[in-house]
Order: sequence, then C-alpha cells, then structure tokens
Amino acid sequence: MGNPMKIRAANKDGVTEVKVLVSHEMETGQRKDAAGAVVPAWFITELVAKHGDKTVLSAEFGPSVSKNPYLAFKFKGGAKGEKVTVSWKDNKGDSRTDEAAIG
Amino acid sequence: MNNQRRTVLKSGSGAALLGMLAAAGIITPGMALANWNKAAFDAKSMADTLKALGAGAPADSKDVQVTGPDIAENGAVVPVGVATSLPNVSMVAILVEKNPNALAATFTLPADTEANVQTRIKMGQTSNIYALVKSGDKFFMATKEIKVTLGGCGG
Repeated sequence: MGNPMKIRAANKDGVTEVKVLVSHEMETGQRKDAAGAVVPAWFITELVAKHGDKTVLSAEFGPSVSKNPYLAFKFKGGAKGEKVTVSWKDNKGDSRTDEAAIG
Repeated sequence: MNNQRRTVLKSGSGAALLGMLAAAGIITPGMALANWNKAAFDAKSMADTLKALGAGAPADSKDVQVTGPDIAENGAVVPVGVATSLPNVSMVAILVEKNPNALAATFTLPADTEANVQTRIKMGQTSNIYALVKSGDKFFMATKEIKVTLGGCGG
C-alpha cells in the first residue's frame, strides 16, 4: 500500500474538474544504483477514476510518467458532496483506492 | 492462458524478452497485467507504438492541442496536456519520440469526460512529444518540441 492520494474535485457550471496527485516512486527500470545494478522498474500501470459507480476516466501509464504522478481531467455532471473514487494498480501488484467529495 | 504463453516462448525474441523481464523483476509469477497494453508500452519507436495502439498512420490535426513548456529545465517532471475540439474522443495518448519507450500514457475517455487531460511525464532528452487522439474511428495527432536542459541550471 502506498501513501494516500491527494484528490480534489470541484464542480463548476455542471462540469467537474478532478485533480489527482498520486504518491508513487515510478521507477523506470533504466536507472542504475551505486553498485551498477539496474534498479527494477516499479510503476503504476492502471488508474481508474469513478464518479459514483460510473467510470469517468481510465488511464494506462508507462514508466515515463513522472514520480508522484499528477493528473487532471474534467467530466460532465457531478454535484457537490458526491464521491469521486480513484484507484491504481502497479506492476508489482500493489494497489490503492482513495476517494474525495466533490466540492 | 497457457497456450498464449507457449506461443510467446516459441518465438526466439519473445523468450529473450521474457527472460530479460523476469531478470529485471518486472514479471513475477501470478501477476496479472490483464488490461495493460504491454505491446504498446514496450514498443521502442514511434511507428511500433502507433501500430501496437492500432493507430496506423494518424493524420496531423490542428484541432488537437499539445500543451507544455518550450524548455523544460527538469526532464523528470515535464507538465504536458492534451486537449481537442474533435467530437467523440474515446482515447488520448501521449508519446515522447526519443524516450526509450515512446508511449508515456494512454487515457480512455467515456462519453461524458472532456477531451482535456493534463499530466506530468519524464523526458530523457530534447524531443518531440506527440498527442494521439482517437475521434470516432479515426486517429489524429499533434506534436510539440520540448527542449530539455540538462544540469537544471537553465543554461
């Protein structure tokens, strides 16, 4: 389990803007440590954002997404107080889900 | 499942690749990356990536906007965004031409989600970045060059 994500969702004129900051190392598998051994790749592969039960975004990441990935997107609908849920899965099989209320 | 594994092992390059991945700890037994488009993310060149995404040769479009800095001082964190006014956008992908693997991320957008996403990517060196957008059944593309300053001192 990684650290909690920071999720912010704000509704304006019927459109909800979601900003997500995920806490993840996103190791590329290209780097070498001091001893010259390759640091194994470790990155988020899939991320899904839901508004209630409805998927509003699904993303697939490669290792070239920055450490602690940031993501912003907008969807139509959503109302104050409703929940937005974001979950991710990494290439080591770890996963995490966090939710936030639309403000 | 097992049949697929046999097929992969039969081809020489597949076996070598699997061995390499296993050694690097990427593949561990029992791990399922069921939906992740491995072929597309493993592809090295732009052309291979586009093929793996099923995009073929996308047309350049002025209706696709790639946003990002002209010069990025830190290649590890380059903010990029893709927006388009094209209708029925179901998929958006961000590609970096000169990265070891061109594909950085793909986004699948349901009908109610706007074709406007922002994220941050890593860039190994100065390169063109491409935004690929699927509108209806067709693929469109736009590009932007981002210069990466090594050393991080703005020189």
